[in-house]
Amino acid sequence: MTGIEPIRQDAARRFAELGFPTTRDEEWRFTNVSSIAKTKFTAAPADLNAEEAELLDQHLFPNEGGPRLVFINGRYLREISDWELPKGIRATPLREANGAVETHLGRYAVYQNRAFVALNTANFEDGACIEIPGGVVVEEPIQLVFFATGGDVPVISHPRNLVVVGPGSQATVVESYIGHGAKYFTNAVTEIVAGDHSVVDHYKVQEEDERSSHVATLQVQIGRDANFSTHSISLGGGLVRNDINAVLAEGTEATVNGLYLPSGSQHVDNHTMIDHARPHGTSHELYKGILSGASAAVFNGKIIVRPGAQKTDAKQTNKNLVLSEDATINTKPELQIHADDVRCTHGATIGQLDQEAIFYLQSRGIEKEQARDLLTYAFARDVIDRIKVGPLRARLEKIVLERLHANRN
Amino acid sequence: MALLEIKNLHASVAGKEILRGIDLTVNTGEVHAIMGPNGSGKSTLAQVLAGRELYQVTDGQVLYDGKDLLNMPPEERAQEGIFMAFQYPVEIPGVSNMYFLKAALNTIRKKRGIEELDAMDFLALVKEKLGLVEMDPVFLSRPVNAGFSGGEKKRNEIFQMAVLEPRLAILDETDSGLDIDALKIVASGVNLLRTRDRAIIVVTHYQRLLNYIVPDYVHVLANGRIVKSGDKNLALELDQSGYAGLEEAVTA
Repeated sequence: MTGIEPIRQDAARRFAELGFPTTRDEEWRFTNVSSIAKTKFTAAPADLNAEEAELLDQHLFPNEGGPRLVFINGRYLREISDWELPKGIRATPLREANGAVETHLGRYAVYQNRAFVALNTANFEDGACIEIPGGVVVEEPIQLVFFATGGDVPVISHPRNLVVVGPGSQATVVESYIGHGAKYFTNAVTEIVAGDHSVVDHYKVQEEDERSSHVATLQVQIGRDANFSTHSISLGGGLVRNDINAVLAEGTEATVNGLYLPSGSQHVDNHTMIDHARPHGTSHELYKGILSGASAAVFNGKIIVRPGAQKTDAKQTNKNLVLSEDATINTKPELQIHADDVRCTHGATIGQLDQEAIFYLQSRGIEKEQARDLLTYAFARDVIDRIKVGPLRARLEKIVLERLHANRN
Repeated sequence: MALLEIKNLHASVAGKEILRGIDLTVNTGEVHAIMGPNGSGKSTLAQVLAGRELYQVTDGQVLYDGKDLLNMPPEERAQEGIFMAFQYPVEIPGVSNMYFLKAALNTIRKKRGIEELDAMDFLALVKEKLGLVEMDPVFLSRPVNAGFSGGEKKRNEIFQMAVLEPRLAILDETDSGLDIDALKIVASGVNLLRTRDRAIIVVTHYQRLLNYIVPDYVHVLANGRIVKSGDKNLALELDQSGYAGLEEAVTA
């Protein structure tokens, strides 16, 4: 990693200038990170106690030859990682990678105006580096697991990932963020480069401890005629901010979906930016939220259609189901259209459960509480059903049902 | 045996009184038609019997199988064997017909102390019942009523009724908007339920449906009261003379 040392130093310098954002910054208007800014965090070793090891175990997919890399507090844990991969494909800890890191790292996730990306770039210990050459189909999903253990002392980690998929290749990457402990902060950055004609499916499942903070940026550079999808599922974390920035090329198709289920006092902020830089790009965006307790959610969906990006077809939908009077949601579409022959639609809804539907189900003998659960789950299904990785979809179905059940009590 | 006894039932919605003292007894084995002009309270009566919270019962009593019906939540009424076919069936995207109906049937069976059906037995049952209403099995995997035509929604109501096998079926204007073929299918589904231990209440604006579901009794509702009762010939009379005379007689 010596080749990127100047970048890291520059990022450190830039973070010192920027400082943490405040609610006076338009991009952070509804998300107050002063609790992060005020806390003195320290890095922690890659240790797990028995209880934590068991928790981690529950989150690993049954490993049927699918490669996985596990990181504890941002450091690579070789013992439970596994990377049996077809020839030519590399999935290694970033520290052990070379070529791709120097060519790509930091080139897409710019840090000049993004404090948390600067902080990550300056401080990351490790992360995953996945390199897939051109013309290869990787059938098994590649699982990246980031486990954080907070203790008496606040702990910080900066997972940093780089995924480079060659032209015409196909791959699936699943990022899982889990954790256990009183106070910790995960500040992740993932850069994905999807080559021309490639098919890349990305998933991020965030199940951090509800006392923790989680800030993550996904930066995607999508090639010509490539097909990219990402699903961001936010379940855990006390203070959560996800940024997804996708830059499309000519003929690119991008799907950016998300599901968030804040309860209690959780705060989840999803900012997305879909940049139609070239013509004939298609983007579909569907974010759904179910809010209960005194939780808060933010959705900010920016779509940029650059000059000359004609025949762009962009569709954005954000739907929220608010189950309690104390929950709050701020949703904002932000369309910047600089071409004239495009189709861009957006829509946001905020609603409660349909009382008529509840009565209809009751009138067929279904208990009221079960009727509510059924309708709430039906709302979330749209996003869950689109998850193509079987074990992940099954796990999320179960978790979401359990969560809904717990939230109503 | 009296399955349903309605005594001096008064109900209002948003402070406006709709039902103003209904008395009606329905015995097992009987089919009662309730007719009346728009706004007479027909649908309100059906909804009150099904337990819709929108309506407040302000006076009176309803006994179902000797039990106080009005104190039961809607799901308990269904579990006890009451089924209302909705005038406007609700669309429920994201919940498949199959999942919904299996959940409903097994909840009802559980409450009645009957063994719950597994997926295979349930499928066999619904396939048989689908035939009764001439519905395509693909309906099972589609979300409840979502994207169904008006006629498909009504047939779906009768299909659900056939699966749940209620003791008291209340059809709330199931005939509205149906073409004659769909009407016949719906009627034959209903007629299959006509047994000695069950009862059916058919709420309708028009006599047409009663050609296919021939009632034992016909009641005319106007301004929230039953103003006239008779046999099936009363429906034919109404078809000739309309409701106008009856309404005037009451308001005068």
